[in-house]
Amino acid sequence: MLSRTADNLFWLSRYVERAENMARLMEMGYRMALMPAAGDGNRSEWASVLSASGCAQGYDPDMPLRQAEVADYLIFNRDNPSSILNCFENARANARAMRTAITAEMWEALNNALMELRRTAMHNLAKTDLPEFIDWVKRQGALFRGATDSTILRNDGYDFIRLGIFIERADNTARLLDVKYYVLLPETSMVGDGVDNYQWTTVLRAASSLRAFHWVYRDDYSPYRIAHFLILNPFSPRSLAHCSEQITNHLEHLARHYGQRSPVHSLAVETYSLLTQSRMEEIFSQGLHEFLSDFLKRNQVLSSAIAETYYFGSQ
Amino acid sequence: MFNEMMMNDEVREPYRALVDWMEASGPETLQQKRLEAETLFRKIGITFAVYGEGGDPERLIPFDLIPRIFTATEWRKLERGVKQRARALNTFLYDVYHNAEIIKAGIIPADLVFKNAAFEPAVIGIDPPRKVYSHIVGVDVVRVGPDDFYVLEDNCRTPSGVSYMLENREIMMRMFPELFSKLRIEPVESYPDMLHKTLKSIAPKRCDREPNIVVLTPGAMNSAYYEHSFLADQMGVELVEGQDLFVSEGRVYMRTTRGPARVDVIYRRIDDAFIDPLCFRPDSVLGVPGLMNVYRSGGVAICSAPGAGVADDKAIYTYVPDMIRFYLGQEPILNNVPTWKCANPDDLKYVLENLGELVVKEVHGSGGYGMLVGPASTKEEQATYAERIKADPGDFIAQPTLALSACPTFVESGIAPRHVDFRPFCLVGDDIRLTPGGLTRVAMREGSLVVNSSQGGGVKDTWIMAD
Repeated sequence: MLSRTADNLFWLSRYVERAENMARLMEMGYRMALMPAAGDGNRSEWASVLSASGCAQGYDPDMPLRQAEVADYLIFNRDNPSSILNCFENARANARAMRTAITAEMWEALNNALMELRRTAMHNLAKTDLPEFIDWVKRQGALFRGATDSTILRNDGYDFIRLGIFIERADNTARLLDVKYYVLLPETSMVGDGVDNYQWTTVLRAASSLRAFHWVYRDDYSPYRIAHFLILNPFSPRSLAHCSEQITNHLEHLARHYGQRSPVHSLAVETYSLLTQSRMEEIFSQGLHEFLSDFLKRNQVLSSAIAETYYFGSQ
Repeated sequence: MFNEMMMNDEVREPYRALVDWMEASGPETLQQKRLEAETLFRKIGITFAVYGEGGDPERLIPFDLIPRIFTATEWRKLERGVKQRARALNTFLYDVYHNAEIIKAGIIPADLVFKNAAFEPAVIGIDPPRKVYSHIVGVDVVRVGPDDFYVLEDNCRTPSGVSYMLENREIMMRMFPELFSKLRIEPVESYPDMLHKTLKSIAPKRCDREPNIVVLTPGAMNSAYYEHSFLADQMGVELVEGQDLFVSEGRVYMRTTRGPARVDVIYRRIDDAFIDPLCFRPDSVLGVPGLMNVYRSGGVAICSAPGAGVADDKAIYTYVPDMIRFYLGQEPILNNVPTWKCANPDDLKYVLENLGELVVKEVHGSGGYGMLVGPASTKEEQATYAERIKADPGDFIAQPTLALSACPTFVESGIAPRHVDFRPFCLVGDDIRLTPGGLTRVAMREGSLVVNSSQGGGVKDTWIMAD
């Protein structure tokens, strides 16, 4: 496979995953805003959403941190490289640069999504119903993944697509948790009260994991359990452990396919071992924020190492 | 003017079933189908960018639902004529880069060939595999009467439009399944396989295995990018850009995730001037430095071969009938349009005196740019153009304004006749192959004779009826 194609596939799936994660993040903010205000009534949901999005630095400091403005920035802003519109534009540009490497079904899913999104962008935003829009984005992500899963050859291209998805998803889950713990509720005294529990369940919702969580832990919505579910539980589809396992598997598959092993493989295994061998008690006692920051750094290093190993640059 | 569908107020035989169907369906159904077709095109992403016009870089070429239809008998004549031309043009190319017999015989003036901008001294004496230079010959044909076909021009470099032939058919089959099951329309879908076979058959001397074929594109910003990716996809080969290729130790390689992979046959959709900055334009970033050296030594085959452009030059065009006689000893099956060469003083005089009735073209121009359509021009335009001709007569040729045939077409006011031309795609390798079909282009403006997509022309599906 052309290195340029691998690069395009990797970023194509990263951008689609990112768009979807942006939508989930907004879903979290939207639900939190429906909650009775905690403490002094100072609402900061949308500031948190913005900070979790990883693109707060481009936000105009004079703009209010309200739903309408933040959502507009995260969905339609052309200057925000990670806005949902730009994610789809970038995903499609990557797809267009290697039309031969993806199937017609994948192309159509992506192309339709962008066409529809461009039309939405032209309409008055106030009229866009946010929850409905969030569902729409998640649906587009699902359609694209479905088209990918059911049509593409299970060769190296598939591995690069999957690597893109899980690198991006791990990044997102880690940020989501970090925001919840670090930005939302810096005062540990609040941990465990009613409002806090609601907010934690909202994190689960944002990770589309509420039902899944329920199946595993029943109704024990303790922060401990929720963090475990999203970090160490290998069965949770958005947990760091699951993402890391998938990344390791696909790198392993590439190594077998190409008959060549490189430092990137040990790098992935190292992170994976860390996640399988850690216990939640240790993580909490070391500090969740420190643990997540370290993970985000590792994930970034891994992403660059993949690009280097398979001869493509990063975008 | 010849109407493809009507003759003496009667529907011509090949169109009868279509007209019956259209009348039975009614205008609303057709209008509905038309909208569906446009949505389908957008969805698939077939678009065509127009140079220098700005606006939507992924504009759609207008697609007209009403097909252009040829009978089997008409097609047989076209087929023989096109193949004959493709053979003669390739023989000519080999000749001018070797012994130049046709020039020695005094049939074509030496200057016209050797001083031609498209003549490529860098490939003199090189033997391309199977002595083929132009592997895909697009011959533009117009019709002026029931039995009168003219060749307007030849395209020996990298004629585009074949993806439209294939996608137009795909859309038509989705829109009108009942017509396709009822009528016997020759399929066109084998084109990519035939192209693949052709490319495989021209593997270079030093290729000792199943050749690795790639399509070389200037990139996603190119107006024909859709076609490049479409063809690569249909053939199951890599679509590469110049940056993906490099030369090392006399071979061409592409950069892959497992390291370098050797490339044997390059179907390039980049102009000669850009393929190798070491040999041609040093500022080109689209090409591959050192490619020509590998080509010379038989390490890679390039399709079309560098230098093939000299055969489709408009000044050379006028000599194609002579080529056919000289090389093949046959009479041309398809006629040329009578042409005045402004390089010739008598012709120049005639052209300047009759600008209002003629179509004047730049010898090296393409895509319908920079031409003057006499009857559609103003006096001032003619005067300005006359100055250009006088400044450099050798750069211009003129032809009579042909009464191009018209085919019924969907327009704002309903269905009305619009002028059409036709481009079949002839493949030359171990054999000469021609898919029964081609691209019908249609001038969407009333009375317009310019069918180029870059000038707002549209496309139609072309049906060849089986016997």
